[in-house]
Amino acid sequence: MDFLNAIVLLLNYIFVPALAYGSQLALGAIFVTLIYGILRFANFATGDMMSFGTMFTILFTWYFQSVGISLGILPTALLAIPFAIIFMVGYMLFIDQFVFKYYRVNKSPPVQLAMVSIGVMFITQAVVRIIIGPSDRRFFDGEKFLIKAGEFKEMTGLNEGLAIKSTQVITIFITLILVTTLFWFLNKTKTGKSMKAYSDNEDLALLSGIDPKKIVMITWIIAGIIATIGGALYGLDKSFKPFTYFNNMLPIFAAAIVGGIGNPFGAFLGGYVIAFSEIFLTYAYKKFFMYILPETMEPDGLVQLLSTDYKFAVSFSILVIVLLYRPSGIFKGKIL
Amino acid sequence: MRKNLNVITAYCIMMGLIILVGIFQSWNIALSIFNLCLISAVMTMGANIQWGYAGLINFGIMGYTALGGLAAVLVSVNPVQEAWSVGGLNILISFFLIIGMVLAVRYVLKNYKKSKIRTYIISTIIILGIILIRFVSEPGIEAIEEVNPAKTGFLGGFGLPIIFSWIVGALFAGGLAFVIGKVALGLRADYLAIATLLISEIVIAIIKHEDWLTRGVKNVIGLKRPAPYEVNLQQTDWFINLVEKFNSGKLNLITDFAERQAALNQLVIEGSSVFVKLCYSGLFLVVVIILLILTQKALYSPWGRMMRAIRDNEEAANAMGKNVVKQHLLIFVLGSAIVGIAGAMLVTQDGLFTPGSYRPMRYTFLIWVMVIVGGSGNNFGAILGGFVVWFLWIEAAPIGLYLVNLTTAGLDDTHFLKVHLIESVPYFRFLMMGIGLLLIMRYRPKGILPEKIEIK
Repeated sequence: MDFLNAIVLLLNYIFVPALAYGSQLALGAIFVTLIYGILRFANFATGDMMSFGTMFTILFTWYFQSVGISLGILPTALLAIPFAIIFMVGYMLFIDQFVFKYYRVNKSPPVQLAMVSIGVMFITQAVVRIIIGPSDRRFFDGEKFLIKAGEFKEMTGLNEGLAIKSTQVITIFITLILVTTLFWFLNKTKTGKSMKAYSDNEDLALLSGIDPKKIVMITWIIAGIIATIGGALYGLDKSFKPFTYFNNMLPIFAAAIVGGIGNPFGAFLGGYVIAFSEIFLTYAYKKFFMYILPETMEPDGLVQLLSTDYKFAVSFSILVIVLLYRPSGIFKGKIL
Repeated sequence: MRKNLNVITAYCIMMGLIILVGIFQSWNIALSIFNLCLISAVMTMGANIQWGYAGLINFGIMGYTALGGLAAVLVSVNPVQEAWSVGGLNILISFFLIIGMVLAVRYVLKNYKKSKIRTYIISTIIILGIILIRFVSEPGIEAIEEVNPAKTGFLGGFGLPIIFSWIVGALFAGGLAFVIGKVALGLRADYLAIATLLISEIVIAIIKHEDWLTRGVKNVIGLKRPAPYEVNLQQTDWFINLVEKFNSGKLNLITDFAERQAALNQLVIEGSSVFVKLCYSGLFLVVVIILLILTQKALYSPWGRMMRAIRDNEEAANAMGKNVVKQHLLIFVLGSAIVGIAGAMLVTQDGLFTPGSYRPMRYTFLIWVMVIVGGSGNNFGAILGGFVVWFLWIEAAPIGLYLVNLTTAGLDDTHFLKVHLIESVPYFRFLMMGIGLLLIMRYRPKGILPEKIEIK
C-alpha cells in the first residue's frame, strides 16, 4: 500500500505535470528546429511569436464567449485556435515577406538573420502588449479536472490523491496528434520530403527542381500552426502573460539544441528531456521516502537535489553539458 | 577634421537633443538620461570589442552587468560581523572545497588519457563534491540568513569605497567570461549566442536565490556613494552661495525677503540633485574617455589588426601563425570585463542592488540594438549607439503619447480606442526599437557611424 502511495505521489507531482509541460516545450522546440533547419537561423522571436498566436486565441475565445458559443466541458479556446492560426500564419508570411526574405535572397550569414529576428522580437512584443496588455490572463473555461484528488482517494482508498487537470490531458492528446501528423507529413508526402531535401542540401534541392519559395511558405505555415497551438496549450494549462512567453524561449531553445537542432524528432524528445529533468531535480522527495523507507530511516531534510528557484538553471546546465560532450545534440542534428 | 565631420555632427545633434530635454523637461531628467547614456556607452564598448573587433556574439551581457553590480555590493557594504561569526567558517570551508574540487578535476584531466573511466571519475568527483559542499554550507547559510533577516541576513562586504568595485566588477566579469569562454567559444556564432544567453540566466538565478551572498530578491539598499548626499549639500554654505550666485538675476526680482528665501530653498533643493548627478557624470565621463582612448589605441595597434584579420578570415589568420582560440578567449574576457565595469557603475549610481531587475530585454538585447545601430567595429559609433538608443528608449513614451494624441485627435477623450492606446504608450518603446533595428539592418547594415579602417 505504501508503495502504491509512493507511486501515485510521483505520478501526481512529477509525471503528469512534466508530461504536459514537456509537450508544450516540445511544440516550441519543433517550431525552433523547423525554422533552423529550413530557413537556417536561430529565431529569437520564438516566445513572442507564440504569444502572438495565443493572443488571437484569447481574443477569439472572448468573442465566442460573448456570443454564447461554447464547447461544453471542453475549453472554448479549442474552437478559437483554428481562427487564431489564420491570423498567425498571415502575420508570419507578412514578416517573412517584408523582413526575412531580403536577407534570405541575399544569402546573409545566419548571425545577421538572428539579429533581424531580435528586431522582430521587439516589434511582436510591442504589438502583443499594445493589443492585449502585459497582464496575466486566464481564458480557460469548461471542466477543470478530469480526476480530482479527493475523488481519486475515495475511489482507490489510497492516502495520496491523483489530480489530473483536463488541460493536461488535452495538451498531451493534441501534441501527440499534431506531432504524428507532422512526422507523417515530413516523411511520407512529397512536399515534406522536398522540405527535408531542402534542409539537407539547398543547392542539390534547387537542382532537382524544388521551388524554394514554396518550401519557405509551407515552413512558415507549419511553424505558425505549431506556434499557435503550443502557445495556446501553454496558456490554457497555466496562464497567458507576454513576459512568461518571452522567458519560455530559453527552455525551448535548450530543448531544441539538446534534441539536436534541425531534427524535429529530436526536438520533440528534447522537450520531454528538459521538462522531466527540471521537475525531477527540483522535487522534494521527502514524502516519497517516507512511504518507501521504514520509519527508522526517514529523512530529516526535504531531500531536494536543488531548490525550485533553480528550475530554469537545470535545463540550461543540461544544455551546457550537452554542448560540451555532444554538440550535435542527443539525436544527431546539424552540427553548428 | 573634414574626415571626422560626420562623427562630430552626430555627437553635436545628440548633445543638442539632451540639452533640449534639459530646457523643455528639466535638467534633472536630462542629466539622468545623460548618465545612463554614459553607462550604456560603456556596455556597448564592451560588446563592440567582442562583436566589432572579433566577431564574437555575446548574449550574456546581462550576466556580466549583474556580476559588476554584485561586486559593488561586496566591496562597499560593511561586513556583518555577526553573520561571519555564525556561518563564515562554513562558507570559507565550502569555498576551499570548491577550489579543491576544481583542482582535482583539473589534475584528472591533465594526467589521464581520455577514456570512459576518466569521465566517470570526474563525474563522481563533482557529484561527491556537491554533496559534501551542501552538507558543509547548509548550516552556515541557514545561520547567516537568520541574522536579522529584515536588515542584513547576508555576509556583507568589505566596507571599502564603492569606486574600487568598478575594478573588482571588471575582475568578476572577466573571470566568469574566462570560464564561459573555455566552455563555449568554438561553437558556431548563433550557438554561442544561445549558450551565453542561457548561462547569463543561470548567473542571474544564482544571484537571485543565494541570499547569504546577495540578499537575493530582498535587494541591498543604501549603498555608499562616491558623490555627496543631497541632504548634506542643502546645508553647506558654499553650495547655497553657489546656487544664489547662479540664480542671482532671478532672485533679485523678488523683493519680499521671506519669499526670496523660499525661492532660494527651492532652488537649492533642485540644484543639489543636479549637482550630485553632475558629480556622477564627471566620474562616468572619465571612465568613458579612458576606455575610449584604450580601445582606440588597441584598434589601431598590431593587435587590433590581428583581431580584424581573425574576424574576417579565421583560417587565413590561423595559417599565418596566430593563435585564434587564445585571442578569442582574450577578447571575450576583455569585453566582458568592460561590461562588468558598467554593471558596477550602474549600481553605484542607483545606490541599490536589485537582482530581480536584471532582465535580458533591457540588459542584453537593448545593448545589442545599441551596438548594431551605432556601428559595430567603430568605438565612436558604439558610444553614439548607446546615447541614441537610450535616449529613444526613455523619450519613446512622451513621443508615443504625442503621436497617439495626434492620430486620435478626432476621437472623444473617453473613446475606448483612445483610452486603450494611451494606456499602452509605454510599449511604444519596444515598437520603436524593433522598427529602428530592422531599418538600420536593412538600409545601413554597418550602423550610423560605420567602421572605417585607415591604413597608415
